[in-house]
Amino acid sequence: MSKEKLKANIWAFVVTAILARLITLGSGNLDRFDAALVGYTFATLFAAFGITRRYALWLQRPPTAMYWTRGWKVFFLLLHPRHIVSNLFRFFQRLFVHYAFNDFIWRRGRMRWLAHWYIMWGCVIAGGITFPLVFGWVHFASEPDNLEWYRVRLFGYPTVAFPIRSLVGFLTFHGLVWSSILVIIGVLLALRRRLHDHGAAALQEFGEDILPLFLLFAISVTGLMLTASYTWMKGYGYDFLAILHALTVIFTLLWLPFGKFFHIFQRSATVGVAFYQDVGKQGEQAKCRRCGEEFASRMHVEDLITVEQQLGYHYEMPDSPVEHYQWICPRCRRVLLGLAQGQLWSGVRDQESGIS
Amino acid sequence: MYLPNQNEFFIDPARCIGCEACVQACSECDTHKGHAMIHLEHVDRGQSTQTVPVVCMHCESPTCAEVCPADAIKKTDDGVVQSARKPRCVACNNCVLACPFGVPKMITDFELMMKCDLCYDRTSAGKKPMCASVCPSGALYFGPRAQIEQLRPRSTPVNKFQFGRQTVATKVHMMAPKGPAKAQYVDVTDAMNETGRGQRISLDILSTMYVSEEQP
Ligand code: HEM
Repeated sequence: MSKEKLKANIWAFVVTAILARLITLGSGNLDRFDAALVGYTFATLFAAFGITRRYALWLQRPPTAMYWTRGWKVFFLLLHPRHIVSNLFRFFQRLFVHYAFNDFIWRRGRMRWLAHWYIMWGCVIAGGITFPLVFGWVHFASEPDNLEWYRVRLFGYPTVAFPIRSLVGFLTFHGLVWSSILVIIGVLLALRRRLHDHGAAALQEFGEDILPLFLLFAISVTGLMLTASYTWMKGYGYDFLAILHALTVIFTLLWLPFGKFFHIFQRSATVGVAFYQDVGKQGEQAKCRRCGEEFASRMHVEDLITVEQQLGYHYEMPDSPVEHYQWICPRCRRVLLGLAQGQLWSGVRDQESGIS
Repeated sequence: MYLPNQNEFFIDPARCIGCEACVQACSECDTHKGHAMIHLEHVDRGQSTQTVPVVCMHCESPTCAEVCPADAIKKTDDGVVQSARKPRCVACNNCVLACPFGVPKMITDFELMMKCDLCYDRTSAGKKPMCASVCPSGALYFGPRAQIEQLRPRSTPVNKFQFGRQTVATKVHMMAPKGPAKAQYVDVTDAMNETGRGQRISLDILSTMYVSEEQP
């Protein structure tokens, strides 16, 4: 086993073990654990293993590792007492506009945004409800002196209470219905774009682009069918639906580390990137060694030179004052392409006219 | 998805007349609607009329994809390096700075890198990329190799480029002189001290152009 894989496996094992311990702790040594949910629990543990493993492998790729270490260094630099207030403000602002609102997807297209926003929030709400319930971290118990009231218990400890027959009660107990509806609307909007958009149609692949939408749709619809079954149909087909629903969820959980859903975890990297760029802008800039214009932060260019060397590229220019091609700006690189071709032709012409 | 065909992309910057038809056409491609991915550079605007159209060269081992921290740049089985995957790209700019040809564009508003993808919606269905379908001077040419060799008897396609100590092999070819001086690769960094050559070269080459060079 390679060093990278070994490291990733260890991390994955540790994270899974911690989660398992939290499940036994939270559920009072499985006292409050619902045995019917054991399939979901094991699928989650496997997913935690897979996601951590892939995340750890990913962090060890040279460009990612560079951002990872730099990101943390830059982060602590920004925590300096002089900047901490403005930087924390920027951090929370970014958390809100980027992660919660998805402002950048809004700018890519309103329909794209609407689809994603519904899907994301539907899944966040559903995950926020189901995981703590399945793990036994949260459960509802009626008050001994008042059966009309429920008290929320967190890790077994009593917290707030609310009347069962109330708006809060209605909204809470149907949380998964609301989130399913959000997801279904989002998925249909996304599918609509994928069916109509000529460009998307040319690029999309079943496993990467269609299957995730299909899975979310299947989870939400089978979930709603469960609610319909016990609410209006006296539990008709409930056992079958419960198995179907569990299968769709378990498959999705097991698939989280592999396909498109991995972006949920991987996009955390944008925080580091944003800090890196902030610090880069404040520091020394790199000047193109052909045209003299500033084109990036010096730190970025130097880091890229390191990463390229780690990857086995040799853009060094030992006989030139330029030293490394990374010191040439993108515009000059494009111009050089034309100049290089011109140089070949001028060589031919010189030969033809007898000058060599 | 991809129908294998014998068409290949050949660029011949010396033929570029800077008309910008490619830029306009490019922004009509369905995979990046409204955004032109082709670059049209003036070599030295004050001194020369020389222009260079730059499309993605679709490297065999793409530096952009290797330096991507988010694994967002993928190559199709038929060797086309795609634009960044939309959910993955973290807009870090590594690819923009590292591409030896200066191809990827950072669309800051979208927090997304976009680049020429050989008009995958078109080329995967056997059509020409937008730019090649409108280029009036044959600087951007998409078609069978035998055809271009016949049309440009003085030229031969080369798909290796030298940057310092690094050789980069690409799917897209550049037209280079044939004959005893035939270059094994285009030495890009060797042109570091070159300056724009005005129209001398392009006129020279255009004079050898076949009148019947109509692209099908
Ligand atoms: C539970 C959370 C999330 C789920 C279930 C989810 C799901 C999805 C799905 C299914 C797509 C594909 C849509 C399509 O087929 O067109 C997608 C795209 C995307 N997601 Fe998420 N996502 C989640 C969270 C996030 C977060 C937190 C971010 C980053 C802030 C993010 C960024 C993106 C981006 C940039 C795209 C591409 C959008 C585009 O087409 O331009 N996602 N997501």
